[in-house]
This record gives sequence, C-alpha cells and structure tokens, in this order.
Amino acid sequence: MVLWSHFQTLPVLWLVVTLAVFLVASWFNVRMGKTPFLHPVLVSLAIIILVLLATNTDYDTYMLGGQYIHLLLGPAVVALAIPLYDNLATVKRLLVPLLVGCVSGAIVASVSAIMLGMWFGLSDQLLLTLAPKSVTSPIAIAIAEKVGGFPSLAAGLVLITGAMGCVIAPVVYKLLKIEDESVKGFVLGVGAHAMGTAFAFEYGMVAGAFGGLAMGMTGAFTAFFLPVLIPIIGL
Amino acid sequence: MVQGFLILLFCQLLGECLVTLLSVSIPGSVVGMMLLLVGLIVIKKVPDGLRSTSEGLLKILPLLLVPAGVGLMRYFGVLSAYWYQLLIILFVSTLVTMFVVAALLRLMSKEKHEEGH
Repeated sequence: MVLWSHFQTLPVLWLVVTLAVFLVASWFNVRMGKTPFLHPVLVSLAIIILVLLATNTDYDTYMLGGQYIHLLLGPAVVALAIPLYDNLATVKRLLVPLLVGCVSGAIVASVSAIMLGMWFGLSDQLLLTLAPKSVTSPIAIAIAEKVGGFPSLAAGLVLITGAMGCVIAPVVYKLLKIEDESVKGFVLGVGAHAMGTAFAFEYGMVAGAFGGLAMGMTGAFTAFFLPVLIPIIGL
Repeated sequence: MVQGFLILLFCQLLGECLVTLLSVSIPGSVVGMMLLLVGLIVIKKVPDGLRSTSEGLLKILPLLLVPAGVGLMRYFGVLSAYWYQLLIILFVSTLVTMFVVAALLRLMSKEKHEEGH
C-alpha cells in the first residue's frame, strides 16, 4: 500500500496510462467503423476516469503526469494557423459567404445554448461553460478558463456536441436539399468542430477542407465574440 | 523541429502578453494563432520546420484533449443533476445552428447562380 501511494504520484505512470488508453481507444474506434459516439477521446476519458476511481486517485494526482500533455494544447492551437493559411486562396475567393456562415453560426450556437440554459434555470457558471460548445475543444477549454466556466466540463460538452452534430448534419442536408460538398463540410465545421470536420472528409477532400476552415474561423471568432457578449447578457 | 516549436511557443507568448496588457478575456493561444496567420501572410510561406512541427502536433490533437477531459470526473455532481437538460440544450442548439448556417449558405449560393444567368 505504501509502495502504491508512492507509485501513484509518479508523473510518468499517468503519461503511460494516458497514451496507452488513447491508443487502445483509437484502435477500438477504427474497429467500430469510426462512429462519432465512440470517439477515441470520449472512450479514453471514460476508461481513464474508471481507472482513477478504481485506484482511488484524484484528478490532481493524475494531472502530475497529465499536465505535460495538456501543456501542448497551447502551441497546438497556434498551429491551427497553418491549415488556415493553406486555405487562404479559398477564403479570399469566398470571403463573404464564409464570414457570414461562420459569424452567424458562432452567434446562434452560443446564444441559443445560453438562452436554453437560462430557460432551464442553470447556474451562471454552467451557462458560461455551455457557451463555447460548438468550438473546437482546445479553444473551448481556453475560452472556458478565461470567461470563468468549467474547462473540463466544456471539453466534455464540446465532444458530445461533436458526436451529435455528425448525426444531425445529414438530416439538415436532407431538409434543405443541400448537395454542395463545400457547404456540407462548412456546416459540419461550424456546428461540430473537429469531429464534424473528420466526418466531413467522408464526403470528400473538399468537404473536409471546408470543415477545417469553418472550425478554425468559428473558433477564433467565438474567442473574440464571447467576452463581448457575456457582459451584454449580464453573466 | 526546434525552430518550429520555438515559433509556435513564441507566438503563444506574444498572444499571452497582448491579452494580459489589454486585459481582455480572449485566450492567448488564439491571439497567437492570429499573429502567426498574419506573419505567414506577410512572409508568404510556411517555414519547413514550422510545418512539420505543426502537422505533428495537429495529428495528435485529440490526445492532447484527454487530460483536460478527464477533469470531467470532478463534475459528476453537476452532470447527474442536469444531464438531461444539458443533452437537450446541446441537441437543440446544434440543430438550430446547422440549420441556420446551411440555409444562409444555400441562399447565398442561389443568389450567385442567378446573378450568373
């Protein structure tokens, strides 16, 4: 028991657990036909939380190792500039529709989530956590940290949104009779961030590229827009 | 590799400095992303080291989200109290968002076609 309590505080233990579980979850997801409901991140979270509960380990102890992975999120967000730059020609050509799509999508996504949350009588902190739910998780986590929501919960809600978005999108295409691949990709990127983008690649390269573009633009716009919106609605 | 990492971290640092100086609640990393994008537009190319480092990081992006997500274990109380409200909110809000964006884009592409005729 004494041995375990020492072993438990070794950062490298949780690094090994995180990487190993993630690899298993990725393998499992491929075997299950890449369904968004068994997304590797969702499955990894579930397994790691179960391991922590079973071994009586709290989150702070896990983060002794986990923080080194978490630290890389910052530079990874900065790196999102590269795919945006690669698609610059497309952005310039379609600047107006892309801006209208991403700005309206970002506003509708956060305002509708906040309004529904208010209607259900959720706490202010929960509302702030819900606001960035359509934004790619690294940016959503950063936003939640900044505006005073729960970052981890935001990450979870973002992932659930992503999985739902992949199911909702085909229904919306049918209702509105959308056949244009670029529109399909863009809608997925705005509403369902990285998971939507991954799903968009199933429609083709163009859809995937537009998904990534929409994800980056919506994420950046929401990061600038939420700090303005939040005081307006009195949170 | 080192050079690429340095560029990314330096942009993030600049971003953090800017948001602190201006005391705004925008994430420093997002400002760093915008700064890097502007920089790339100015020099008109992606340096080799930066591209390989960035692509490497973006490839493992899902893994990088895991430690933050594990923090969900702290919110079992909130989740068990509000799980169905949260699910309804996420579903309705995502449906409305996608509907609005798709409808707007369809409208705009139609106008464009009509202009073309």
